[in-house]
Amino acid sequence: MAFNFPAFSYIIALIVDAFLIFFSLFHVIAFDELKTDYKNPIDQCNSLNPLVLPEYILHLLFNILFAASGEWLSLCLNIPLIAYHINRYRTRPVMSAYGIYDPTSIMNADVLTRCQREGWIKLAFYLLSFFYYLYGYVIALERYHIERV
Amino acid sequence: MMLNDMAEPNLNGVSPIPDSLKNNTIRNEKLYQQFNGVHSSQSSRSSSPSVRSDHIPASQLPPSKSIPQSQLPPSRSSLMGVTQQIGGLSMHPTGHSVSPVPLQQKPASANVNYSKPQGESNITTSDNTKSAVPILSSEISNSVRSSQPPQASSYQFPNVNNNSSYRPPQQGSQNQPISGYQMKTPSQALPDMSGSASNQLPRQISTNGPSSVQPIRAGFQPVMNRNQFPPATNTNSQVANTGRIPPPIDNMNRSQIQSNNTPMYPIPNQSLYQTSQIRGPVPQEQNFNTFPLSQPRMMHSNVSEPTINVPTKFQNVNPNVQPIMRQAPPIIQPNAPSHNFHQNLHPNALSQSNLRPSPSLVQTTPTNNFQQVPLPTNLTNQKANLHSNRYPTAVDTNNQVPPITQYNTPQHSYNNLQQPPMGAPQHNAYPNQNHQNQFQGGVTQLGFNKLWGTENYDLLQTPNILPNSRIEAPRISLGQEALDQANCSPDIFRCTLTKIPENNSLLQKSRLPLGVLIHPFRDLSHLPVIQCNVIVRCRACRTYINPFVLFVDNKRWKCNLCYRINELPEEFQYDPVTKTYGDPSRRPEIKSSTLEYIAPAEYMLRPPQPAVYLYLLDVSRLAIESGYLQIVTNILLEELKNVPGDARTHVGFIAYDSALHFYSLPEGITQPQELTVLDIEEVFLPTPDNLLVNLKDRMDLVADLLRLLPNRFVNTYDTNSALGAALQAAFKMMGSTGGRVTVFQASLPNVGPGALIAREDPSQRGTAEVAHLNPANDFYKRLALECSGQQIAVDLFVVNSQYVDVATISGISRFSGGCLHHFPLLKPNKVVLCESFSRCFRRYLTRKIGFEAVMRIRCTRGLSIHTFHGNFFVRSTDLLSLPNINPDAGFGMQVAIEESLSDVQSVSFQAALLYTSSKGERRIRVHTMCLPIASTLHDIINSADQQCIVGLLSKMAVDRSMQSSLSDAREAFINVAIDILSCYKITLNMGSPVAGLMAPNSLKLLPLYISALLKHTAFRTGSSIRLDDRVMSMVNMKTKPLYMQIQDIYPDLYPIHNLEDYEVILNSEEESVHIPPRLQLTARCLESKGAFLMDMGDHMILLVCPNVSQEFLMEVFGINNYNNISDDMYGLPILDNPRNQRLHQFINYLNDDKPIHATLQVIRDNSTNRMLFFERLIEDRVETALSYHEFLQHLKTQVK
Repeated sequence: MAFNFPAFSYIIALIVDAFLIFFSLFHVIAFDELKTDYKNPIDQCNSLNPLVLPEYILHLLFNILFAASGEWLSLCLNIPLIAYHINRYRTRPVMSAYGIYDPTSIMNADVLTRCQREGWIKLAFYLLSFFYYLYGYVIALERYHIERV
Repeated sequence: MMLNDMAEPNLNGVSPIPDSLKNNTIRNEKLYQQFNGVHSSQSSRSSSPSVRSDHIPASQLPPSKSIPQSQLPPSRSSLMGVTQQIGGLSMHPTGHSVSPVPLQQKPASANVNYSKPQGESNITTSDNTKSAVPILSSEISNSVRSSQPPQASSYQFPNVNNNSSYRPPQQGSQNQPISGYQMKTPSQALPDMSGSASNQLPRQISTNGPSSVQPIRAGFQPVMNRNQFPPATNTNSQVANTGRIPPPIDNMNRSQIQSNNTPMYPIPNQSLYQTSQIRGPVPQEQNFNTFPLSQPRMMHSNVSEPTINVPTKFQNVNPNVQPIMRQAPPIIQPNAPSHNFHQNLHPNALSQSNLRPSPSLVQTTPTNNFQQVPLPTNLTNQKANLHSNRYPTAVDTNNQVPPITQYNTPQHSYNNLQQPPMGAPQHNAYPNQNHQNQFQGGVTQLGFNKLWGTENYDLLQTPNILPNSRIEAPRISLGQEALDQANCSPDIFRCTLTKIPENNSLLQKSRLPLGVLIHPFRDLSHLPVIQCNVIVRCRACRTYINPFVLFVDNKRWKCNLCYRINELPEEFQYDPVTKTYGDPSRRPEIKSSTLEYIAPAEYMLRPPQPAVYLYLLDVSRLAIESGYLQIVTNILLEELKNVPGDARTHVGFIAYDSALHFYSLPEGITQPQELTVLDIEEVFLPTPDNLLVNLKDRMDLVADLLRLLPNRFVNTYDTNSALGAALQAAFKMMGSTGGRVTVFQASLPNVGPGALIAREDPSQRGTAEVAHLNPANDFYKRLALECSGQQIAVDLFVVNSQYVDVATISGISRFSGGCLHHFPLLKPNKVVLCESFSRCFRRYLTRKIGFEAVMRIRCTRGLSIHTFHGNFFVRSTDLLSLPNINPDAGFGMQVAIEESLSDVQSVSFQAALLYTSSKGERRIRVHTMCLPIASTLHDIINSADQQCIVGLLSKMAVDRSMQSSLSDAREAFINVAIDILSCYKITLNMGSPVAGLMAPNSLKLLPLYISALLKHTAFRTGSSIRLDDRVMSMVNMKTKPLYMQIQDIYPDLYPIHNLEDYEVILNSEEESVHIPPRLQLTARCLESKGAFLMDMGDHMILLVCPNVSQEFLMEVFGINNYNNISDDMYGLPILDNPRNQRLHQFINYLNDDKPIHATLQVIRDNSTNRMLFFERLIEDRVETALSYHEFLQHLKTQVK
């Protein structure tokens, strides 16, 4: 069965998105643990911080594919999130390691609720976009077949 | 069988009398009364239970951990890196003699000065509480005894007598005479009464003292002890006096000090300033030319007002003043527009002076003479417009001001002169009132409002808003006298609202911040200490039992935080006096909301750590030039024996410049060895042991080292400072035990790990936006977190003369629970600064300390702690990790209301501080505060605690300026004031054209404090402030306890030239002290023939004005000519005349409350130092900031 570039980018997006869903799930759980005192904020930040950049890069990756394959609608849907990520990383606290979470300010209730809300919203977004990419994948294949026929 | 069980704790609890007490009187031995396991020794240190001392390895470091790898010297470069300079120190054979640095003399004499706190340290550091012991514990035993009377069936009943006997008089007498806190009637709350009320405190102590002598008898005579102040026991008060805290020696020392001061700072005869006498009054004439001359008759009419008791000081008026002046004084009294000899540098001086007469003019027109009234108003309008470019919205809405308020509010400004202000009628009841109404029908309303403390003020018409006496914390009223008395002292625990809104929307509506400020480890003169088998806590939320729990029946109690019903252990119900079970409400846990438990073994993760102190000394060139090393070593030498600790106390030293110098003090050598490590990139310890040595064993070596150290580096020209490496080394040395690291930093750490570069651009200091408030890297923060994990706290003394990037290096203390002290521009020749530094360091060394501490704050379900402020690491949502806790650390928490509280009557906050005392005991200090719920906006606003609000706001503003920007923080301040006043205006529910700027009694000082905050070093813009100073004062905002913070924001100003005219109160030593009224911080309050004392907390300035009387100069300073007051006069001579003694007593009275006695500086009005004083007159206009009155005008235009 043949395969075109848009379909390829969608299938990649689909796979990556599945990872992102796990990332944001982990994120939500981690902050819940913090809130209920199960974990030390230093440990928690140490486990969360290495995941931040990979998540952003993965997200950026399939959006580059979308741009390359001319899937402008899908790209537009993701642009706000990309912008948010860039801004988030730009305004991160001063720290030498990668990541955006600082153990000294993370327990601040404002920061904690904000991070938790961010986790839930991202989870929802990734879930919805997962189905959207599935749909996009099918459509792209369909279009390809129609063109071929 | 049960009785046996009960007896057991008694046996356990009988502690051997500590050495410190053995040679005390027999009375002291009786203090160790056991009551059902309740150990009633007071001091948190002196009573070490025998149980514990058994299982602690008495000598050495406890942890069973193996030595961490990092602590072993790496095999790699040990030979290359280590330069063993064993003979290094002996190169200076004269090292034993005291160094020839000129500074040397000064610290020595400073030491004499501060030997005064000997008496005081008995109070503060309860380590050596020989004299403090008797009261404290007697108080407890008293309280324990008084718990037995049968009437006290349950504490909920308003059975006042019993519980009142437990009301400890402690805090008031200890640090701050919080007399108002114990007052009951509104009449007592009058300012002039407060002084005498605080006198009662010492007397309470003395009446308690004697009864402790016969505790057994007292047990059988419940009637006698039920009342705290039986007149009968007064006869015993002499006995009690022997146990009173401040021994007469204290006084004697004080006089020695002062007499020592005189030769120290000789007063040169100067005749340089002859012209200057004229200088003062000149602008004053100008002022009075602008004084509206059309009103002289009105002033005359005021002269006859009886309520002003004008001191005679106006009789001999300054000859330079115009005739009008002579008529004016009686009205204006010290506050009114009298001698403004503050030289007005600003172009607006004219209009400013125009403002002042307005209240006094208006107040003369109770008849409806409106024609005259608008005159001053117009003047103010012009003024407001002058500055409208700064706040563009400040347009001429002032013109709307109808005559009504002009008409009724003069009363305020008038009354404020001498009396507690009578508010205008409250407008709730008279929504459509006219002015007639206010004067006739409003009188009763006014009376009621005053009674309830809910009167309001028109701020614009009340220039003298400050009450004459100390501002007391508002009382928390829980509706039951017993509960009110059991509540936590406002010195320890304070909430911004004394009534909690029942839901979040009500809180939002009131626009007030909700939060608590806590000073958990405050020095207390008396503290119930309890040792028992079972510490009663809620099973669900682990709350400690406290006075505000509800007893369901005699066997069960309901937690006041989570509402779970818990079982009471039987031990808790036992009453040894009647030998019966029942009624748990007699226990000290139920009677006092501040107490301390000696924790059983479950509360330890490891054996309690010993006291370990490590000193990191910067020895770079700048540090040597600052001369701090000499002071530090001198004080250390003197105080080595007094540092808190037991036989296990360890001490160590590291000096660092571009290398690390370790000092090894092994056994059996005669001189300390210096080991220099040049490799600072990867720090290692040159030798595994003998760097931290037992202080007792090696006392002589340590003393030797301290004598050698200052000379060792005198000739160094190394400008580098490897702070990061030194801290890493310290971490490795102390990692296994924890402890305290004290860092002295004088230059920018520019080499090794954590190296910094100078970020500050001095030319940008004056701009509105301040950059670099945040750290440059996270090295210090990460290291602090590691330290925190190993129970190491780092305290920082910054003695810089150049930029050292406090914003970055302060991270090491901020996140490890340390404290920071700043002495900018320290030089050996700056006497007052050196004095201040040595006093601070001495206090630092000898004050109490708690190790490996954690503090947990719990609050009633429905509330949640939101944000924390202070120096610590937040380990979980309500747990603060504090490697060290010290008595001068304050904390703040913002609180959020998450659920509706309408179904409960009160909410509680509980702070529990678990720490290891320097004697190796694990202790828990518990504070509980209970607050009632209110459901109306009116209640909430009137229950506000303005000082606490200001304290919390400033903490929040520091966060804001770090996260966002300084201008944001400043804007937020103004917005808070606007919002709160707008909200109040709505609750007043007045008709549409509202005049004036109304503020409730509870918040009348808020705008004043906020305008002061805007001019505080931390938040001021436009003037040149060094970045380090700014950051440091921001850090102080976050960590200082409230009473210090308020004094820092708004210093106290007192007239002292006529002390004899003022009321007399008795201080803790039963000496009479004349207490002058506080003055507003404005030049308007000064007069050219007066002398004024400004108390800024750690420093006082005495301003002597040019026309002060000859007698005053003679009697106070012992000089005959004004110009003979030298520029460097840092103390008052002690002279044998009443005026001098009065002043000394007053200054001592001010110092009594402080942990560190303030330094004093005398300034002539024409000296070059005068700006030190005048820059703190923060109500006046300076080039870059609005005056208080202008600030109010601005608020008024914004308040909708």
